[in-house]
Amino acid sequence: MWKGIPLFPDSASTYSDAVDYFYLALVVISIFFTVLVAALVVVFAIRFRTRPGSAGAVQIHGSHGLEIFWTVVPLVIVMALFVWSTKIWFVITRPPAHAEQYYVTGKQWMWKIQHPTGQREINMLHVPVGVPIQLRMISEDVIHSFFIPAFRVKRDVLPGRYSTMWFEATKAGTYHLFCAEYCGTKHSQMIGSVIVMEQADYELWLAGAAAGESPQAQGEKLFAASRCDTCHTGKPDARGPDFKGLWGTQVQLSDGSSVIFNEDYVRESILLPTAKTVAGFQQLMPTYAGQLGEDQILSLIAYLKSLSDPAQGGAKP
Amino acid sequence: MSSTVATPAAEPRTNYLNVDYGWKSWVFSTDHKRIAVMYLITIAFMILVGGSFAILVRLELATPAGDMLQSETYNKIFTMHGVVMVFFFLIPGVPAVLGNFLVPIMIGAKDLAFPKVNLLSYYIFLVGILLTLLAAAMGGIDTGWTFYTPYSSTYSNGQVALAAVAVFITGFSSILTGLNFVVTIHKMRAPGMTWFRLPLFIWAHYATSLIILLSTPVVAITIVLVALERLFHVGVFDPTYGGDPVLFQHMFWFYSHPAVYIMILPAMGVISELISAFSKKRVFGYPVVAFSSLAIAVIGFFVWGHHMFVTGQSTYAGVVFSVITMLVAVPSAIKVFNWVSTMYKGDIWMTTPMCFAIAFIGLFTVGGLTGIFLGTMGLDIHMHDTYFVVAHFHYVMVGGMVTAFWGGLHFWWPKMFGRMYPENMGRVSAAIIFIGFNMTFFPQFILGYMGMPRRYHFYPEEWQVLNVLSTAGATLLGLGYLLPMVYLPWSLKFGKVAGKNPWAAKGLEWETDSPPTTFNFDKVPVVTEEAYAYPEGARHQPEAKVV
Ligand code: HEM
Ligand SMILES: [Cu+2]
Repeated sequence: MWKGIPLFPDSASTYSDAVDYFYLALVVISIFFTVLVAALVVVFAIRFRTRPGSAGAVQIHGSHGLEIFWTVVPLVIVMALFVWSTKIWFVITRPPAHAEQYYVTGKQWMWKIQHPTGQREINMLHVPVGVPIQLRMISEDVIHSFFIPAFRVKRDVLPGRYSTMWFEATKAGTYHLFCAEYCGTKHSQMIGSVIVMEQADYELWLAGAAAGESPQAQGEKLFAASRCDTCHTGKPDARGPDFKGLWGTQVQLSDGSSVIFNEDYVRESILLPTAKTVAGFQQLMPTYAGQLGEDQILSLIAYLKSLSDPAQGGAKP
Repeated sequence: MSSTVATPAAEPRTNYLNVDYGWKSWVFSTDHKRIAVMYLITIAFMILVGGSFAILVRLELATPAGDMLQSETYNKIFTMHGVVMVFFFLIPGVPAVLGNFLVPIMIGAKDLAFPKVNLLSYYIFLVGILLTLLAAAMGGIDTGWTFYTPYSSTYSNGQVALAAVAVFITGFSSILTGLNFVVTIHKMRAPGMTWFRLPLFIWAHYATSLIILLSTPVVAITIVLVALERLFHVGVFDPTYGGDPVLFQHMFWFYSHPAVYIMILPAMGVISELISAFSKKRVFGYPVVAFSSLAIAVIGFFVWGHHMFVTGQSTYAGVVFSVITMLVAVPSAIKVFNWVSTMYKGDIWMTTPMCFAIAFIGLFTVGGLTGIFLGTMGLDIHMHDTYFVVAHFHYVMVGGMVTAFWGGLHFWWPKMFGRMYPENMGRVSAAIIFIGFNMTFFPQFILGYMGMPRRYHFYPEEWQVLNVLSTAGATLLGLGYLLPMVYLPWSLKFGKVAGKNPWAAKGLEWETDSPPTTFNFDKVPVVTEEAYAYPEGARHQPEAKVV
């Protein structure tokens, strides 16, 4: 909406205009106070300048009224700004319930992206207009940060821990994608494009792009190839827990505590199985650290998730 | 005290400078004034080093294609720029030079409480510098001044461990100086110098010293942990070894946010002195200004998370850090309003220091206001790690601290060396600095909102115009900074003799000789009035003075 003015980047997500309005309000407030202070200083410097025969300084020690005035006024203003900005913050940090899951892995110095339908891309992210999308992101080495200025959003991509961000694009076009957290020599080349397409175009693109298997399907294969299925057989006498219907539920651990069966827990169990053991099982699982890459772990997660999704033939959690 | 007209005496009697000329009398000196001069020379050198790196960065950014330097070199250069400027100029600048010289004199003491510790802290500082330069010579470091893990602890190839040791050591120099100031201010005030008669410069140094004592040990520990992880793979920050990468940022900012106030509070103290002296008035709302320094010191310890809104700290942690950040902006605003009010109905003399003070007020206002942009999370998600942040902290640190440093140096130059600097040259360089500064850094706000990430060697072509403008401004700014580096040393020989009190200002430092004698005062001064006790109708008499 700020097209005519070159001072704003494209505004192409559902919340980017809200950020711009807030920014504009702050700009106006800042100009007001800067001009006020500058004007007072300049006027006083001229009006009260010393010169032969000037009246001299009038000693004023202070004023309680004024001190209170210029404590309370800025306080009220910043608190109002805080409330306003916090509302925007909640919008940006809370994804809608049914956002499409895309996977992002960052590494020095590229972005690898996988669509829910299986397409993989590097340094490019094609997304449809009007669909809320959540990125589940992890780094294979140092900290990176996924930044799309046109959407007014960024989020650090950490090693060893998933982070997420969401957006819904509103306008077709090609936008910058940057790594915003300094990550080494080619930090400034860890860039790419976000290509927002109308839904129909996106479908066409999906059909044309070398559609691999979906992450679930890849995960299912990996599950067998990595021999997860030798223990997690899904049978009553299995040596490892059955995953059907488990996603998102509370799992009892052998030490009496419980944990939610989610992405972070699954990832930890694959890489560091000794950390937590499900109640009723022995700790027999080997670690897969060094054998499975972050991309593969994400596929496994997609597969385990599908086991609890009735729409995909899984059991209800 | 009332001598507004400078004594035309050619060479004052024995003073701290001419008391002894042997080199040993300098390198082993425990006189706080000589140590201040040694710091001044050292820091001036570091400004030149850090400034050269800055010019290289700006030259490279004049074109979008990183065509002048390799990316690796570029990264090392901006890292060295940050490390040198932050640890060897911005943090020690005002306290170690002006504070060292003036804290004892302003409170009527002979020296700091621990003169030998003071000398020790200088040498620790020097060792820190030498190790840093050694790290640079041996291949440099490319982590950024923030040393984020696990990049710094595992992936970077540079001399990170050596640089970490250097910064660690330098921290002790700060701690010793801070300790010295706290004890001195508590114990060595002249008879009659009560807390509420202290100049605001002293209050600011007191608050700063407290921050230094409480926060610097934390960064020291953090840095040791980085070095341990790097050398022995102790898992603290790198998840490969079972560490937590974000923990580093918490520890680092727990120090480094207060550290930004270590940089700015002493500068604010300088500004209070300048505005008062050249308006011939007591600082408006003196106790409020004094307590706002303490408020900033305390609240500043609870806002570190505002550097980490997008690291994935919990949504509510972000909310808490944001609201406290808003609170810390208020005492800063209060100070600005009090300074402006001090000028009201004053008798204002626009000398070079006053020009710098006014420039400070303007630039700090912009810097502080843009801090609010960054402290509000909805906006910071977009702005974080962009050039907007770069512009913000240069407005507060360069526009604020450095401008105040120049103002203070000009103001007390006649006291320190007994000679006046050339006044018109001073005003010209203040103007050049003000224009060059805004030209360099204002475009960076716009670049930041457009989305240009910081620490970028290459950038999209559409941003070239603003970047060229910034580079042009930097050239002008560099020129503005070089001028005083030439005419101030020149004035040591050719400047007019200043006399005790060329500004007819209040304060114990103006009652002693210029330059002062080794023990500052012939007899212990007795204080009978509050700070800045200018009489009703006080006037400057510039026509009667040497300037
Ligand atoms: C009104 C008071 C201030 C507020 C509200 C404020 C707020 C902030 C915020 C929220 C950030 C983080 C931005 C980000 O990384 O996304 C920031 C960065 C910074 N501020 Fe301030 N600030 C204020 C004053 C100062 C002062 C007085 C200084 C120093 C003299 C300073 C120096 C810095 C520095 C060095 C950084 C960036 C550090 C880095 O990432 O390299 N700020 N400020
Ligand atoms: Cu901060």
